[in-house]
Amino acid sequence: MSGALLEVDGISVSFDGFKAINNLSFNIDSGELRAIIGPNGAGKTTFMDIITGKTRPDSGKVIWGEENVSLIKKSESDIANMGIGRKFQKPTVFEDQTTRDNLTMALKNKRKPWAVLFYHSNADDRAKVDDIADEIGLSDHLDRRAGDLSHGQKQWLEIGMLLAQEPRLLLVDEPAAGMTVDERNHTVTLLRRAAETRAVVVVEHDMEFIRNLDCKVTVLHEGSVLAEGSLDHVTQNQDVIDVYLGR
Amino acid sequence: MLRVICALLLALFFIAPAYGQNAFQDLVQTHAPQIIKGSVKTAPAVIADIQATKSPAATTFLQNWQSKDLWYRRADDLIVTVTTDDNKTYTLLGLADQSVIGTAQKSEIKQIKPNSGLRGLLGTALVGAQLASDDLTTRRSSLESLARDPAPEHLAPLRAALNAETDADLRAKMLRLERLLTLQYDTDTDERVAAINGFAGDLGLDVRARLNPLLDTRLQLSQTPPAAGTFARMITPANDETLSVTDAYAMLVAKGWASADISSDDKRKTLIVNIENGTVGGVDIADLNTDENRDVAYAALVDAGIAPIDVSDADIVSAVETAYFYDTYIEQSPAVIAAAQTALKRINTKVAISQTVDLFLDGLSLASIFFLAAIGLAITFGVMRVINMAHGEFIMMGAYTGFVVQQVITNYTLSIIIAIPAAFAVTFAAGVAMERLIIRHLYHRPLETLLATFGVSIALQQLAKNIFGTQARPLTSPDWLGGAWQINDVIAISWIRVAIFVLSILFFLMLWFTLNKTRLGLETRAVTQNPRMAASMGINPDKINMLTFGLGSGIAGIAGVAIGLFAKVTSELGSDYIVQSFMTVVVGGVGNIWGTLAGAAMIGFLQKGIEWMNPSNTLAAQTFMIIFIIIFIQFRPRGIIALKGRAAGD
Amino acid sequence: MQGPLGKFMLKHPSTLVFLGLLSLFTIIVTIGSEAFGYGFVSTSFVKTLGKTLCFCLIAIAMDLVWGYCGILSLGHFAFFGLGGYMIGMWLMYERTRLIVVNAAENAQIPMTHQEIQDAIGTQIFGVVGGSDFPLVWAFSHLFWVQLALVVLVPGILALIFGWLAFRSRVTGVYLSILTQAMTLALALYLFQNDSGLRGNNGLSGLQNLPGLESTDQSLISMWFFWASAFALGLGYLLVKLIVESKLGNVVRAIRDDEARVRFLGYNVEVYKLFIFTLTAVIAAIAGALYYPQAGIINPAEIAPIASIYLAVWVAIGGRGRIYGAVIGAAVVSLLSSWFTGGQAPDISLGFYTIKWVDWWLVLLGISFVIVTLYVPKGIGGLFDKFTKGAEQ
Repeated sequence: MSGALLEVDGISVSFDGFKAINNLSFNIDSGELRAIIGPNGAGKTTFMDIITGKTRPDSGKVIWGEENVSLIKKSESDIANMGIGRKFQKPTVFEDQTTRDNLTMALKNKRKPWAVLFYHSNADDRAKVDDIADEIGLSDHLDRRAGDLSHGQKQWLEIGMLLAQEPRLLLVDEPAAGMTVDERNHTVTLLRRAAETRAVVVVEHDMEFIRNLDCKVTVLHEGSVLAEGSLDHVTQNQDVIDVYLGR
Repeated sequence: MLRVICALLLALFFIAPAYGQNAFQDLVQTHAPQIIKGSVKTAPAVIADIQATKSPAATTFLQNWQSKDLWYRRADDLIVTVTTDDNKTYTLLGLADQSVIGTAQKSEIKQIKPNSGLRGLLGTALVGAQLASDDLTTRRSSLESLARDPAPEHLAPLRAALNAETDADLRAKMLRLERLLTLQYDTDTDERVAAINGFAGDLGLDVRARLNPLLDTRLQLSQTPPAAGTFARMITPANDETLSVTDAYAMLVAKGWASADISSDDKRKTLIVNIENGTVGGVDIADLNTDENRDVAYAALVDAGIAPIDVSDADIVSAVETAYFYDTYIEQSPAVIAAAQTALKRINTKVAISQTVDLFLDGLSLASIFFLAAIGLAITFGVMRVINMAHGEFIMMGAYTGFVVQQVITNYTLSIIIAIPAAFAVTFAAGVAMERLIIRHLYHRPLETLLATFGVSIALQQLAKNIFGTQARPLTSPDWLGGAWQINDVIAISWIRVAIFVLSILFFLMLWFTLNKTRLGLETRAVTQNPRMAASMGINPDKINMLTFGLGSGIAGIAGVAIGLFAKVTSELGSDYIVQSFMTVVVGGVGNIWGTLAGAAMIGFLQKGIEWMNPSNTLAAQTFMIIFIIIFIQFRPRGIIALKGRAAGD
Repeated sequence: MQGPLGKFMLKHPSTLVFLGLLSLFTIIVTIGSEAFGYGFVSTSFVKTLGKTLCFCLIAIAMDLVWGYCGILSLGHFAFFGLGGYMIGMWLMYERTRLIVVNAAENAQIPMTHQEIQDAIGTQIFGVVGGSDFPLVWAFSHLFWVQLALVVLVPGILALIFGWLAFRSRVTGVYLSILTQAMTLALALYLFQNDSGLRGNNGLSGLQNLPGLESTDQSLISMWFFWASAFALGLGYLLVKLIVESKLGNVVRAIRDDEARVRFLGYNVEVYKLFIFTLTAVIAAIAGALYYPQAGIINPAEIAPIASIYLAVWVAIGGRGRIYGAVIGAAVVSLLSSWFTGGQAPDISLGFYTIKWVDWWLVLLGISFVIVTLYVPKGIGGLFDKFTKGAEQ
């Protein structure tokens, strides 16, 4: 495939004079796995907010897909339906509902109220849910309340919901936070497998986790790209060392 | 010895007037024939003679003469006043001292009825006499009564009195009245024009009351067009608000230029009268349920000569079109009319400016009331994000506290001074109690807070009703807050509103200072933005929340005292303000008191502005204002003064 | 049981239980009524019960919009009142027309259409010093149109208001305040004499159905009771179907985390608007059934306080469970009318006599605080504990 799946070109945004994102440009191809690292306040979350439509940039372009659609004036739900899935820092699953309901809600289906009201689950959808549950290791927990799951299970459920959406680009914010070592390894496997069929962007603090992901790394600092390349390459970059260790 | 002489002198002093009064009766009797006859020709001399005595009896006498209260005994022409209980037997009273002279039967006496010309003369003489009185109070009151009901003949005595007047203040007033009477009644056109020009730009109501009648018009109609310059304006009834076609036609009928229109009601009556064997004019009764069939039946009756001919609507319109309708000025002199128009135009411009200023002041005062009502909320809701539906009831508690204080301390000034801290203390305590007992358990559950505080609100409202009853309780303001600050004849603002304005400014400054410059304010902001972090820095969030909520509630209490001064204190006082208060905070922008100020200003001015456009209807003004706010929030969901970005939170 | 509905019932037996109890209750009242049975339920009490059923219906709507969708609307009683006004206009117009026409029977010549209109206008609008029909009465002579307006007017108002509010992302307490403001605006508007709806006089005589003057109120009250019971059953079933569908899942998800639902690709605003408008329509239907039983409607009924009471019922009954809303509305409104109606015996403390008429609201307010603080799931929540205990 030629051209980038997502092209972010020179975006800036400021809050009350504080420049959260400063002339940031970023590309990702379909099928690429990318990690983003950066110190606190580097603009990682704001960057995701802009792509997913939560925050409007003051300037710059966000272009999506083969047809080069601008995402800037689109609503969050439109952007989600175009194929961008997002996982939040804190696990946000719908705790009052079962794992199955959570996954069913996320399944790629018609999103209009009437269609949703008269939705009947069919064998196809049930099979999809079972597959995803299997992949995220929650097959035995399908009919439990999501709120009763462990922290790690909630993280996986959220990733599972993202997979159910069948997005072409996955934005994952700190998936490994608060996980045990085993859970982390499982998460790495999940993300690597997901990246086989789609583009995945992972924001993470944990260097070990990033090393396991084994992918291209982008370093953000003060709202713009500081360095880009393999993990080894960026960790030897003097600027990056300065930022992380302090001058 | 000396004492005896003094006593004698004193006695003489008292006897002398009595003697003088008898003399007064004698004086009147010398003119009795002229008085009884009541001729305008002879009267002036008689009046002059009587006024020359300069006695109080003379004034009373002239007044009685004028008001037809004088009688005379047929037997000897003795002029008296009378009283009677049964309209048969009359008691006769002397003119000098109202002493009883005797009694008489109705047939023995006769009332003296002066004609209107003579009554006018008497009036003028009386006015002149009073205006020339030695007593300043008499002169003042007579001028006031003259100003209330002036007549052309008063001009001369007024001018005479003006020249003799020594009191500067009264003289100025006399001069003003003289000018007013001149412009209205003087016979000399130039004098009148000069007087009118003298008043250009004067805002006094009295000036407008004298100038407007000069431009009064009379509706006229004619069959030929009026000559140019003889009318104020032409009227086309078909498209004129002041004269409908129906009324215009009625004028034509009154002049005898057209035959009367038969109303549909009259037509119906005629039809009913002429029912014969179930038909009228050949139409079956059952078919008379449309106007067309009724017209057919009526036309048949007209043909038969039974009913008067009806005029069709088209006839009416064309009849009205052939006549000319126009207004003419009642005032004859074109120069006076032109001068009055110019003067009124200038006055009206000035009035319009003053009214704008007045409207602005009204808006300002309403804004400060909203600000006072909402400022407590700006803290509890705006800063702490706690929604307190009982805020209105705290305002009410403050007002009732003021009422209770006034029951104990009767000096109004003192009681207000005590009521303010007392109201603060009461509502502060109530706020702290509510925070400790309820709100503390519901942080982060805002909708539940709303409902729980609403429970408190209905309980407090009903409690107030049980304690103080349903009738309104007065909260009386001290005298120095009574009345209004009269800037000119149009602009006036009551002192209470000025006080409320000052109070809200004070509150604003005080709160701004507290929140931004004191330790408490700093800690409050710290606790609101990040309670855990604040706690780790040694701030006790519990204490800060309690104090802040108490402060917000206490301010609501003080606002209650202020609001109670101009609104009746009832248990519903608070609920009248609660929605507007929330609106004020939301529209202004949550989280800072500048926003509340802006919100209050916007809502206050907006409401006054809408009321001004549609003055008859305060309810509609409020409706439109709320709709406006709902739409406004579309464009500025975070209010006028919004915190942007991350700090605003979600 | 057959068909999808039957399957649904079997899957959610509570619905079956509710509908069964409602039917049983209707039968008992019918047997006890003056019109059809032994007469131990007085006609006025049948009306009270019928009105309570309408309250239960609007409480269900409130539960859907608040308990399930998380929108604490303080304006649903406005829709209830509007529904009442819409049907009230036809009732009042038609009844007045029949009176006028009857009076004209004895007239010497029949009245023209215009004369009839003028006479009706004078009768209806005399109290506010008018006789012309305002524009809003344009369809008052057409029963079916007016019946459609019962649904359309509140529905469209909810649609416009909801669209404005949701698209600007006003949520939580801000939205509540905004709905309260809308209600206040509507009430103030209706309070004016030139609103075209008789100002604070409101519409009256609604209990007299046109053309049925000779029918006894005991019979009419039963008709309305049945209609209310039917509407409540239908409303319950509809709302239950919604909340148990995938739409119900999405709506609850919106309540719990609106932003997350957006990132799942659902257009949250459309969903909220759908629920808000649907519940407004249910509320309006409840109102249209309520006011002919109450007999009179005036703007005071629409005042914001009424909508807050509605929230109180639902909270006390238990949010997020439909039968909770029904229990809350029934219990609190019946208790309210019992206490404020003066039937409750006063309690004498020797030095002070507690009159319930005076103290009921204090009690309600305090109990409301207690429920919010200590029993957030309401009466229905206690019910849940009980049934869960039985399962285990």
